[in-house]
Amino acid sequence: MNWHRFASPSNFKRLSARIFPWAAGGAALCLGCGLYQALLVSPPDYQQGQSVRIMYIHVPAAWMAMFVYANLALAGAATLVWRHPLAEVAGRAMAPIGAAFTFLCLATGSLWGKPMWGTWWEWDARLTSVLILFFVYLAYMALNNAFDDGARASAVLALVGAVNLPIIKFSVDWWNTLHQPASVMRLDGPAIHPSMLWPLLAMGVGYTLLFVVLALVRIQAELIERRLGALVQARLSAEPAA
Amino acid sequence: MSDYFAMGGYAVYVWTSYALTAVVLIGLGISSWRRLRGLEADLAAFEREDAP
Repeated sequence: MNWHRFASPSNFKRLSARIFPWAAGGAALCLGCGLYQALLVSPPDYQQGQSVRIMYIHVPAAWMAMFVYANLALAGAATLVWRHPLAEVAGRAMAPIGAAFTFLCLATGSLWGKPMWGTWWEWDARLTSVLILFFVYLAYMALNNAFDDGARASAVLALVGAVNLPIIKFSVDWWNTLHQPASVMRLDGPAIHPSMLWPLLAMGVGYTLLFVVLALVRIQAELIERRLGALVQARLSAEPAA
Repeated sequence: MSDYFAMGGYAVYVWTSYALTAVVLIGLGISSWRRLRGLEADLAAFEREDAP
C-alpha cells in the first residue's frame, strides 16, 4: 500500500471528509450520553460521595494523555524511519491536543485530590511522571517550531519520551503512591461497578472520537499551511531579481 | 435542585473540573477550526491570484 498518497492534501481532505461526520457525530453522542450518565444517573461513591463525578472527566483525560502520546511516538518513528511527510504533519498537529488532555488530567486530578487526599499536589510517582509527560509535550512543540529540521529533532524526543508511558502506567504498582491503582484496565477485569463503568467508558470513547475530530482538522490545516509555504516559495523564486 | 448543584459539599471541585474541561476542549476545537478556515481562505486567494 502506498501510504504516501494520503500525504497529498487533496487525498487527505477526501479521506478526512469521509471520516469526519462519523467521528464528530459519534463524539457528540458518546459525550452527550456519558455526561448525562456521569452527572445525573451514576450513584455517588460510598466513600467519596459526589466528588467521584470528577472521575468521569479525569480518567478519560489521563487515557488520552497516554494514547495521544503513543500516536506521537508512532508518528515520530514514521518520520525518522520512512521520512513519511504525513507523519511529520500528524505529529505537529497532535502534540497540542495531547498537551491539552494532559493538562486537564493534572488539573482535574488536583481538584479531586484536594478534597479526597487533602492536598492539591504530591510529588509521588504517578503525579510526577504525568507532569513529566506534560513537559515532554511542551518540549516537543517548542523543538518542532524551533528550527528548519525541527520535525526530526522532535520525532527523536517523542521516541525517547515513550519510555515514560510504561512508567506512568505501572507507577502505581512499582512505588508507594497516594494514587489508587488501576481499576479498569486490569488483567482480571474492571474492579468498578457497572453503574460507574459505563459512563466512564462512554466518556472514554467520546474523548477518543473528539481526538480524531481535532486531529483531522489540525492535520488539514498543517497540510494547507505547507502548501501555501511552497506556493510562496515558488512565486518568490519565479520573480526576476530586481 | 440546589441540593444537586451543591454536590454534597464538593460543588467547587466538581464544577470547576467540568468547567475547565469544557473551556479547554471547546477552545481547542474552535481555535483549530478557525485556523483551518483562515488557511483555506488564504490558499483560495493565493490560487485566484496565481491563475492567469
